[in-house]
Amino acid sequence: MSPALVLGASFAYLALLFGIAGWAERRARGRRSVIASGWVYALSMAVYCTAWTYFGSVGRAASGGVWFLPIYLGPTLAMLLAWVVVRKMIRIARRQRITSIADFVASRYGKSPLLAGAVTLITVVGIVPYIALQLKAIATGFAVMTASGAGVGAALVHGPGAWWADGTFYAALLLAGFTMVFGTRQLDGTERHEGLVAAIAFESLVKLLAFLAVGAFVTWGLFGGPGDLFARAAAVPELRALLTLGSDRFGYAQWLALTLLAMLSVLFLPRQFQVIVVENVAERHLRRAAWVFPLYLLAINLFVLPIALGGLLHFGPGQADPEAFVLSLPLAAGAQTLALAAFIGGLSAATGMVIVEAIAVSTMVCNDLVMPALLRLRRFRARSGGDLTRALLAIRRAAILALLLLGYAYYHVAGEAYALVSIGLISFAAVAQFAPAALLGLYWKGGTLRGALAGLLAGAALWAWTLLLPSIAKSGWIDDGFVREGPFGLAWLKPEALFGLQGLDPLTHALFWSLLVNVGLFVALSLARAPSAREAAQAALFVDIDIDAEVDATAGAAAGGAGAPAFWRGRALLSDLQPLMRRFLGAERADALLAEHARRVGVASVQDLRADAALVQFVETQLAGAIGSASARTVVASAVQEEPLALDDVMRILDEATQLRAYSRALEAQRAELQRAGAELRAANEQLQGLDRLKDDFMSSVTHELRTPLTSIRALAEMMADDPAMNVAQRQQFVAIIVAETERLSRLVGQVLDLAKIESGHAEWHDEAVDLEALVRRAAAAMEAPLREQGTDLRLELQPGLPPLRADADRLLQVLTNLLGNAARFVPRPGGVIRVQLRAEPAGATVRVQDNGPGVPESERARIFVRFQQGAGAALRPGGTGLGLAICRRIVEHLGGRIAVGDADDGQGACFEFTVPWRAAQEGTSP
Amino acid sequence: MSTAALLRQRLVALFALALALLNFPLLALWDHEALVLGLPLFPTALFVLWAALIGLLAWLLERGAGDGASAEADAAEQQPPRHDG
Repeated sequence: MSPALVLGASFAYLALLFGIAGWAERRARGRRSVIASGWVYALSMAVYCTAWTYFGSVGRAASGGVWFLPIYLGPTLAMLLAWVVVRKMIRIARRQRITSIADFVASRYGKSPLLAGAVTLITVVGIVPYIALQLKAIATGFAVMTASGAGVGAALVHGPGAWWADGTFYAALLLAGFTMVFGTRQLDGTERHEGLVAAIAFESLVKLLAFLAVGAFVTWGLFGGPGDLFARAAAVPELRALLTLGSDRFGYAQWLALTLLAMLSVLFLPRQFQVIVVENVAERHLRRAAWVFPLYLLAINLFVLPIALGGLLHFGPGQADPEAFVLSLPLAAGAQTLALAAFIGGLSAATGMVIVEAIAVSTMVCNDLVMPALLRLRRFRARSGGDLTRALLAIRRAAILALLLLGYAYYHVAGEAYALVSIGLISFAAVAQFAPAALLGLYWKGGTLRGALAGLLAGAALWAWTLLLPSIAKSGWIDDGFVREGPFGLAWLKPEALFGLQGLDPLTHALFWSLLVNVGLFVALSLARAPSAREAAQAALFVDIDIDAEVDATAGAAAGGAGAPAFWRGRALLSDLQPLMRRFLGAERADALLAEHARRVGVASVQDLRADAALVQFVETQLAGAIGSASARTVVASAVQEEPLALDDVMRILDEATQLRAYSRALEAQRAELQRAGAELRAANEQLQGLDRLKDDFMSSVTHELRTPLTSIRALAEMMADDPAMNVAQRQQFVAIIVAETERLSRLVGQVLDLAKIESGHAEWHDEAVDLEALVRRAAAAMEAPLREQGTDLRLELQPGLPPLRADADRLLQVLTNLLGNAARFVPRPGGVIRVQLRAEPAGATVRVQDNGPGVPESERARIFVRFQQGAGAALRPGGTGLGLAICRRIVEHLGGRIAVGDADDGQGACFEFTVPWRAAQEGTSP
Repeated sequence: MSTAALLRQRLVALFALALALLNFPLLALWDHEALVLGLPLFPTALFVLWAALIGLLAWLLERGAGDGASAEADAAEQQPPRHDG
């Protein structure tokens, strides 16, 4: 493929990134942020996947099988705890305007400039190989893409030539320029970059899609699917070994070491800290990103093994560079477009990492290495005037350029000797040194500056001795005699077998020693002396931060820590503090921030602000956003008259803050309690209202039911009174109706009284032996005549020989009569069928009354047992009082049984079923 | 115990589970030369375990996404039982 085409595509892609960043920033200014989402947040975290993942994983898989995976399982482990640990880090960083990992560690241990500088130095040294890795990947990729057609597969990259003729050098310069434009356009107090995050998220999408496309192409295009691919690989003994762990005695130790290493790196690599903690828009986004990010890692690793095996099968082992399989496989198969897309994906992975890493590290270098040095110079002293924001930007730009040139230099020197993955692991091991101070510092208040500093320096020294120097020596740049025989022939100091410890691979060996000494010194020195006042103050702010308290969703709103304890004593003047803010933040921003602070504390104008501890704290926090907390501390200390903070003061301030917090928590609890009580009252009120409504309904139903028969009785009686000449037959008929209506009236009144008696518990209950079968027959006999009259067929299916029940016979008869009467009302006339079944069950005697009427719909089944709540169809069927079923239910329940309604056996009609328990049946007298 | 504290403990437990599943000796259970549905056993097992852990994590985190709403739902459940007229 022609170099012009590849270069053109690359430039077009970088231009597109610019466009996206610009678009995102315009949207942000219009308050329609594109990055305020858990999905974009997760994609920006995927800047973790660099050229190492894109090219290096395949190379690793081609030689070690599944050993590429721990690097991605580690971050998954970290994300399992993200909601616990990372959220705390985010909250602390926001509260204290922390903008880098160096700042984070230094802040925890009393805002020590020394510690911040140490962390920064270790980062720069540790991260340079990692940047070199990206440059190497771009160079290799470019070489593979532009190699002449015949040698595509065999395009092993030759070493770089002189630097001025090396395209990689210019690529480094280009990336530096690109990063400057992205990251240092303005100085933001929170170091957040809306456009950058949007561009990085887009890059993550591009590299994932490109890699998946290549994976699918290899698996289904070059081979007949995964089954075919793996079957062919399993047929080759060398490849079969790649499909298992193939470990020796120490294999699993290395597996664990790699997993833990990656777990720490995903939190403490400068770029990861930048995207996860500094660029976080709202804490709640972490809820989604914590599982989407591991899912992204899983997806991008899905095809690593297939591509590696596919490349080995296609080219033959040792015939081509496995780290370039992603490009060389599509090229060899003639899929030019796909190869170009794959190259763009790789470019995405590399540039994304370089840009974010360089921005993060340049912030650290500026704030924690250059600023402390400048602040020692007279003309940078806090009391002198002048706006420093432009100088700050210039320092950052220079730092970015320097970092990329260092990366290029490392690539030039050592880049050829090592695989991508090995280079990256060196950097991982470096940043892992921050873990003890940072993680233990989050949960243990006893850690001190001396402990952190000693642990960090010793760990870093061991890392350099056991990992970095050997890597340089192996590249032939320095004599590797000390690696083979030990310095001055001292074998016990051999970098890769320290104190004679053998058997571990170099990485696990280095990690073990450096972290052991790091943690050991940290704990030992911390315990040797109690924390100073300032250390204790910062420890309290870190460890005791209330992780469950509500926070403002928008970034920065909580910064400045209204309500946070102010650890400061002394005298300050507003006329000292205001110029200080203007110098480092620019006049406009400084005045706006002060005005907002004035509004928050409730004074009319900035000039009325009292220069108290809270204001000093506010100014220091705002400055920390621009120049780091350690430098901000130095600057503020030089501008105001401070009194040294005593441990007692810290304890007193903490006490006050704790009391305040306890007080507000108590208020909160009280409010919640009130709310709950209110809800209960509301519910009780609703229930009472419901009961009241029911009573009204009951009254109106009763009066309605009473009035109907009364009306007809009165009408007939009046007719007879008015017409004395009425013939006897007519009179007889009227009297008969009056008698029937009166019966109905007394039945209704009787039922109402009955129900009231049962409900109030005043009913008389007999306890006698009942022969249920006889009872059913009695009820049936009573109903037989009217049923025959309406053409209904009554069938009894009674199980003979049932033992007697202990119950009230009259009440049970009432239930049976009610149920039969109810069924009679609903069966068709003629052609009605009522079946009464009786059988013994373990729980008691069960009676079922089935009819072939319209049945009771599901929605009404609970309702019909409520008094006066008749089923929807009941209005059309005269004769019901609306009390029968309610009485039945009361009686059955009083006897300890259950009554329910369902579908009849044949699905047609209703089936009322009630069960009465045997109770003391065996004690009763036999009939 | 508050829902937030419970979630934190569940996440820590899940972390412990992941640490156990993805390391010796449990991981060694899968370390055989075998093909399952045409896929090599060990890598397949790793990916399946991995996906399961992510699924559990997503379930835990997304379930409690509306903390305020669930607290109100809890309060509603504590009402006295409905009167059955």
